[in-house]
Amino acid sequence: MLNQVEHSMGVSNGPPVALNATQKLATVLGFTGLFVLLLSALNFSVIQSPVWLYISLGLIATGISLFSYAAYANKSAGIKNDGVFFKSISSRGFWAWIATLSLTLFYIVLYFFPVYLGLRTEGTNTGLIAFFDPLSQSLSGNPASQWFVYGTLYTLAILFFGIKYLWKYRHNPYQRLRTVSVMFFQTAFAFLIPEFMARLNGEGFSLPYYDLKNIWPLNYYNFEQYRVDEFISAGDIGLALLVFGILSIFVITPILTYKYGKRWYCSWVCGCGGLAETAGDPFRQLSDKSTFAWKVERWVIHSVVVFVVVMTTAVVASYLGYDAEKYWLTKDAFLIAVALLLSLVYTLIFIFKRQELKKDAKAAASIYLVIVLSLIGMHFWNGNSSLFLFEAETLRSTYGFLIGSVFSGVIGTGFYPIFGSRVWCRFGCPMAAILGIQQRFFSKFRITTNGGQCISCGNCSTYCEMGIDVKAYAQRGQNIVRSSCVGCGVCSAVCPRGVLKLENGEGAQASRYAENPITLGNDGVKLNF
Amino acid sequence: MKHIAIIGNGISGVTAARHIRKQTDYKITLISSESTHFFSRTALMYVYMGHMKFEHIKPYEDHFWEKNKIELKSAHVERIDAKKKQLHFSNQEILNFDELIIATGSKPRFFNWKGQDLEGVQGLYSWQDLELMQKNTQDCKRAVVVGGGLIGVEMAEMLISRGIAVTFLVRDSHFWGSVLPKEEGNLVSKHIAKHGVDLRFNTELAEIVGDENGKVKSIKTNSGEEINCDFVGITTGVEPNIDFVKQSGIACSAGVLVNEYLETSEAGVYAIGDCAEFQQHPTNRGKIEQVWYTGKMMGETVAQSICGNRTAYKPGVWFNSAKFFDLEYQTYGRVSSKPDEDEVHFYWEAKEQEKCLKFAFHKQNLTFLGINAFGIRLRHEVMNSWIKNQETIDAVIQQLGQANFDPEFYPKHEKEVQEAYQKFKAKRN
Repeated sequence: MLNQVEHSMGVSNGPPVALNATQKLATVLGFTGLFVLLLSALNFSVIQSPVWLYISLGLIATGISLFSYAAYANKSAGIKNDGVFFKSISSRGFWAWIATLSLTLFYIVLYFFPVYLGLRTEGTNTGLIAFFDPLSQSLSGNPASQWFVYGTLYTLAILFFGIKYLWKYRHNPYQRLRTVSVMFFQTAFAFLIPEFMARLNGEGFSLPYYDLKNIWPLNYYNFEQYRVDEFISAGDIGLALLVFGILSIFVITPILTYKYGKRWYCSWVCGCGGLAETAGDPFRQLSDKSTFAWKVERWVIHSVVVFVVVMTTAVVASYLGYDAEKYWLTKDAFLIAVALLLSLVYTLIFIFKRQELKKDAKAAASIYLVIVLSLIGMHFWNGNSSLFLFEAETLRSTYGFLIGSVFSGVIGTGFYPIFGSRVWCRFGCPMAAILGIQQRFFSKFRITTNGGQCISCGNCSTYCEMGIDVKAYAQRGQNIVRSSCVGCGVCSAVCPRGVLKLENGEGAQASRYAENPITLGNDGVKLNF
Repeated sequence: MKHIAIIGNGISGVTAARHIRKQTDYKITLISSESTHFFSRTALMYVYMGHMKFEHIKPYEDHFWEKNKIELKSAHVERIDAKKKQLHFSNQEILNFDELIIATGSKPRFFNWKGQDLEGVQGLYSWQDLELMQKNTQDCKRAVVVGGGLIGVEMAEMLISRGIAVTFLVRDSHFWGSVLPKEEGNLVSKHIAKHGVDLRFNTELAEIVGDENGKVKSIKTNSGEEINCDFVGITTGVEPNIDFVKQSGIACSAGVLVNEYLETSEAGVYAIGDCAEFQQHPTNRGKIEQVWYTGKMMGETVAQSICGNRTAYKPGVWFNSAKFFDLEYQTYGRVSSKPDEDEVHFYWEAKEQEKCLKFAFHKQNLTFLGINAFGIRLRHEVMNSWIKNQETIDAVIQQLGQANFDPEFYPKHEKEVQEAYQKFKAKRN
């Protein structure tokens, strides 16, 4: 009798599942566009022309837009989650696996076998990369690379799935503004501006490709020698960009995160977040909400932070070391500064936020600090011979392979339809981790729970892309202050009872966070668990 | 060690169990014949609509119960022996207890219509009801929902989400007439109609007609109209689910009779939630309270008593909420559907948007009594304190912005409301 409870609610009355005629047409158009790209990758000579490139991109854009129009235009404005767990693509069914397989394959080819996209070490490129030459020429004046192809498709995805999202959430101004913001930052900052900047390059003046909103440590290569050298040699503009890169993480980020929480970056500006919020939106409900997953998340993401800090320190220290006269900063001074900064952050947290740290967090922070400090210390004890245990170059290439390519690309995006849209942001992104620590301890941002109105329905938790069990807090009348929350606002949107509100500190409640809150409504019992 | 048995693992029973556990190490057995694990009853509709799966509507992860040493027992109680302090299960098993909490909730209320036992006719309360609805609506083209209340509109939304045409019979002249004043009722009615529901006001069910296989074929209304359908949802309210309690000699009326301490006629036996009926309600509200929030509060209260701190049920300012298709509703305090002459109403509705506010206040002393809000979220904490502190309506209108709980960047309407109130006031004087 009781086992039946686990049965599924499959549908035979199928409007939420089946595609309507317009959606079918849109799907055909979109996939035709992709098919043209595939043909070009196979060096199909007939279509190697600018016309076919724009036809192909146009078909993809039209397909997505038309699909969205057919899905939402004739429906009333409101939450559109009917049938999410009946559809194969959004509930880990057959089409989800096909999509994951295709995406993963694409990433593997892109990162590790770009030759199949037409990349040639000698002579001009062929295939898919050459197919994009006309567009690249018109923007930067240079032929396309595999990264230009990827960037174009990425931007297209954010723009047109962004349009879909705008339709879906047309009743919600917060969602609309946020989506327009990620569409803008992707198109302007990640795509167009760097291409135009490349036009400025010429004799004696060369800027590295720089997406200004891509901040270290997400942009883990920002302070590598070739880039720093280019910045320095490009005069005042170059120096300004280098200084901006440093200020971004050490000044701008803490201020904005203090005021608004990490959402100012993760769900309003960031490109990874931008893709997750648009193309990844149909998969947000697939994130793992278990406390076990949360535990794994805390260990993995903070380990990535340590890794990126060690790697960057090693890389910077290595070129400061052997090319000392070129830079005003010496290797020793740099290493001491890093050690001091880390110790300072550690000390501040332990002095002011001690009571908010769980035992395992204290232990992990202490262990990691000791490891990093002893790695740095080894340099001074051993004289100048070796830095750390590993070669800087080994660290750099390992990080680039494991974190930069496999984690953020192949797993992070390729597995959208299986693990949800924010796997990278939640488990891997070191930028998210740093912003998260600031958000948890040094920010006015929180999600306010509206008194005793929660009915534990579970919509908020289900649709949290970061896997936060939002209702666990809401049902005890507790505000949600979690380092991983990217402030997408969907929990608040899907709540049927008006329980959740993203706020920056103002509002009626005296305290941002209370360990044992009181649920409103019961005058006889003044406690809550 | 004391053994506390709890019949029913809904919000009331589970809240009681959790609060007892936090204060003592008593043995706790949580009994249910509906589901192994606690789930949010209010979220059942979302499982049917595909927004969530069953696992998502469980408020606690499965390891929670073992970790908190709350024993889950899947069994059906047939009889309570309050004198011997024993529960008798349908499988002949017997369980001894020291104290008992009855938290068996409700069941759909039927009014002995002709044909109500036909296949395809059902209410919606339990998980089993949802499974039945799943089965009953597999090849359904046209459904009739009877009863213009909260479960009725949920059922209509569920059916519409699967492309099933719905005719909705409402006894009053507008939706949820027993609770909502006319203006709000009309706003909701319009919204429901916009979603394609065929709304029939002032219409009641007369009988249900079956075909030769015992399956529903049509219904007849009290005006004699016959409507063809292959599914009939009966949502004319719920009643306490206590047949086995009545047979056990515990004093019952419509529900299990309790005093303000939630104690029944038998020592050591309590009743909470939907199934309890107050002999005299502590704050003079209805004697039976059938909402999530009051169930939770009664669970918190009874846990205090069981843990040695005898506590009376003392709910604070009334609040409730719901969602009708895309339209959110919150209420705080008291707004009567048919106000007496001391209760004055001020109504504001947004232009070209489905949003409205209804303020109730006292005619003489202008004390703010309560508010209905549609399409605008309000801050519970603020409303609660305004009503409790007996603020005047003028003060409430003046500070309305403090109570806004809409997401950021939503259009604000406080100014419009204030202007409308000034006009309203000028007219009254």
